[in-house]
Amino acid sequence: MPQLAENKSKTTTIDQASAKAKRNLDARPMMGNEAIARGVWEAGVRVAAAYPGTPSTEIMENLGKYPAEDLHAEWSTNEKVALDVAIGGSFAGVRSFTSMKHVGLNVASDSLMSQTYIGVNGALVLVVCDDPGIHSSQNEQDSRIFGQLAMVPVLEPTDAQEALDYTKLAFDISEQFDTPVIVRSTTRLSHTRSLVKTGPRKEVPCKGFLEQPTKNVMIPGHARVRHGALLERERLLKEYLEDSELNRWEEGSDEVGIVTLSTAYTYVKEMMPDASVLKLGTSYPLPEAKIREFYASVKRVIVVEELEPIIENQLKVLGLEVEGKSLFPREGEFSTEVVQEGFANAGLLPPIPKLELIDIQPMARPPLLCAGCPHTTAYMALRALNSRVSGDIGCYTLAAVEPLKAIDTSVAMGSSIGNAAGIAMAGTETRPIVATIGDSTFLHAGIPPLINAVYNNANITVLLLDNHITAMTGGQHHPGTGKNLRGEVAPKVDYEALIKSIGVKWFRKIDSYNMGSVFQSLREATLYKGVAVVILDRPCVLDPVKLKGPAFQVKSESCTGCQACMNLGCPAISWSDELYEGHHKVQIDEAACIGCSLCAQVGSTNCIQPVETEH
Amino acid sequence: MMTELNQASSKNAQPVAQTQVAKVPVNVLIVGVGGQGVIMVSKVLASLCQQQGYEVKQSEVHGMAKRGGSVFSHVRFGEKVYSPTIPVGQADVLVALEWAEGLRWLPYLKPETGIFIADTQKIVPPFACRDRKHGAANGYAKETVADISQMISNCYAADAGTTAAELGNARAANTLLLGMLSTTLDFPESEWRDIISKFVPPKTIDINMQAFDQGREWVERYDPAALAQGQAEAGSVAQQPHQVQFELPVITEAWCKSCDICVKFCPERCLSLNENQVAELTKPELCTLCRICERLCPDFAISLNYKH
Repeated sequence: MPQLAENKSKTTTIDQASAKAKRNLDARPMMGNEAIARGVWEAGVRVAAAYPGTPSTEIMENLGKYPAEDLHAEWSTNEKVALDVAIGGSFAGVRSFTSMKHVGLNVASDSLMSQTYIGVNGALVLVVCDDPGIHSSQNEQDSRIFGQLAMVPVLEPTDAQEALDYTKLAFDISEQFDTPVIVRSTTRLSHTRSLVKTGPRKEVPCKGFLEQPTKNVMIPGHARVRHGALLERERLLKEYLEDSELNRWEEGSDEVGIVTLSTAYTYVKEMMPDASVLKLGTSYPLPEAKIREFYASVKRVIVVEELEPIIENQLKVLGLEVEGKSLFPREGEFSTEVVQEGFANAGLLPPIPKLELIDIQPMARPPLLCAGCPHTTAYMALRALNSRVSGDIGCYTLAAVEPLKAIDTSVAMGSSIGNAAGIAMAGTETRPIVATIGDSTFLHAGIPPLINAVYNNANITVLLLDNHITAMTGGQHHPGTGKNLRGEVAPKVDYEALIKSIGVKWFRKIDSYNMGSVFQSLREATLYKGVAVVILDRPCVLDPVKLKGPAFQVKSESCTGCQACMNLGCPAISWSDELYEGHHKVQIDEAACIGCSLCAQVGSTNCIQPVETEH
Repeated sequence: MMTELNQASSKNAQPVAQTQVAKVPVNVLIVGVGGQGVIMVSKVLASLCQQQGYEVKQSEVHGMAKRGGSVFSHVRFGEKVYSPTIPVGQADVLVALEWAEGLRWLPYLKPETGIFIADTQKIVPPFACRDRKHGAANGYAKETVADISQMISNCYAADAGTTAAELGNARAANTLLLGMLSTTLDFPESEWRDIISKFVPPKTIDINMQAFDQGREWVERYDPAALAQGQAEAGSVAQQPHQVQFELPVITEAWCKSCDICVKFCPERCLSLNENQVAELTKPELCTLCRICERLCPDFAISLNYKH
């Protein structure tokens, strides 16, 4: 048994706690994304638009909870559209906002690269959430590089309080320096709750539309002039940052000085509490004079930053001697352990002692498609048809692994259709070529490539997996759901009419839960020469409402242990304790089963039956 | 309130993870499977810590959370907390809502002093039931409560799921674990109850309060020796030997009408149609003798014979 604490010491702890209670009670735990949304609202924003994407989704979800009289908040069809809507708000003279995940900025970057020349009328702020460690993304890009490319300042908060404060400040900087501003978050910041003190909303009067064509209309003659203005803006921003509260110098020992920012700062403080630290608020531009002053106060300077050496390289350009990525990794998410190892590499901390850790081989538990997921049928059929499948971004990417294992490629939002067309144009593939794309992804970036495939007569089948929601990010509405961000009724895209107008000649809509029809339709579609479109239609089992129908059960006496049902990868089906000729019989978890009947449809005997209910 | 707490603490043989909380943050790691309520449990704890006046950080990763994958949430509280995450070997308490998930995170537990609180209920993923070979073993974690009790000194594993179901709501298992957790942290019992009442659906408050009591009582009654003994006895269920063995599928060419059904449904993809459009076992090394092809063939063209 563990050592018991004396009751005395307990009392002391409680007393200390009640003393501290007075200190923190005016704050409350908020997720980073919640705090960003609060900052946006407090800054007096009137127009906010976004497309969902982990880890940024909760920002717009939270904004949708603030009164509609305060701000217009919307789910847009993609990140570029969202940024364009926010730019429109800025043109109109009100504070405007958009948020996105890192790869969303790639989509929106076209507009950003021009808008940075135009500047702002009403303030314009973009929150970009990177995903170091690739918790839920297709790459690990460091979006901070976009700051330098667009010559737009990049603010990097450390915790939820800073997330709120920096977001608010970003709007002031935007107006003061006539520039869009990026606030950069990471998964760890966006999804960590820490204490936040909130403030009131600042009502910002609308400036009205400013008619200034040389600034608002980017034709070559105007743009050449504006490029010079950008360089001047960069100089002014550097000057501003020299005295800004965004940068904090925490004096310590002169042996080593650490330049850090974002969540990396917290790991530095954890491991080197007494070091001299220059905590920056921006990764671009940098306060040069302040950095030189910091350099003069210490014998050695180390930069601790996650992913790319953005600050390190800028310091090198200034001719400063610096260590960074020689000690710390350029890939993966930082943690206390990673930073500790970096400092050990630098000889500043003793080598990490080998902990005697408990030696257990953990069981793999990969994420799964849900019990009753309508995507399952599509991939069962595609697997059986031995198709070459270009996948897309969504829950269905989970069908890339066993047991469905039916996706050959997955690149970026909307890529599936173009990729499939290209495979077809190469003329070398002997298997049927199929693109699979979800409804939300189709509306995001799937329509132009479908038009292109029809226009260029690609011999492909497009499988539109319509589950009536943006599922992977937790169930957000889109133009195909008939509702908007605030849950109000909205116009609904008619996919059949849309596809028809594009010029698709072979088209069919099928119930995802009808396995026979899905097989048959896909076979016919893949035999068709040209673009064939199959829409598989069934709502997601989780969102917008969690579905639960009468469950199925396994009649053990007729189960032959064929396990054909387990090919679905359904989390409600597992082995029972019984064997049939050496093979495990199966069982269904009635609480998890939603009654989709797919297992009964694929089984080789009739052992799977609806649970008998009392009449 | 103070009296109540002191009474409780003198009565309960409780582990304490928090004697020097003022200086060093306390680390509580909460783990489970997507959909179990890991985030809810950690929000309850984080709110309580904040109300007690501590700085608190709670870190989790969303995205795959709803998809039945492994879910974790770090809660750190103290006078000053920097890092939002708990390093390996630094968790004061590990709360596992599912047994195998608890095992996965055991290396995060502080050696010697770390406290492991776990629900012994098992959520077996399809991944663990994939091997179709004759007599294949389930891939679920093999370690029993008795095994783990021998590896770490502070193992508190209760069948919270069953207990909660008996109370009338299986989801109250989380509150039972909170009851167990409450005995390890120096917060007044009544404030735990207040916070929990705010987080659970109003109709379920009574059941959740009972579950909370059960959790606290469980720790009070806890006897590691007896538990280890009982688990050892209840453990290993003997696998029934399988006498029947089969040989690889034999395909009667004359009866095959090229319908392709066996090829399509073979889970291991070891069949294909040959140049004569007749089914052929092209990858015999992958065949698990599952007999799906034999059962599905409409023409009885495939058979698996007994091995003698």
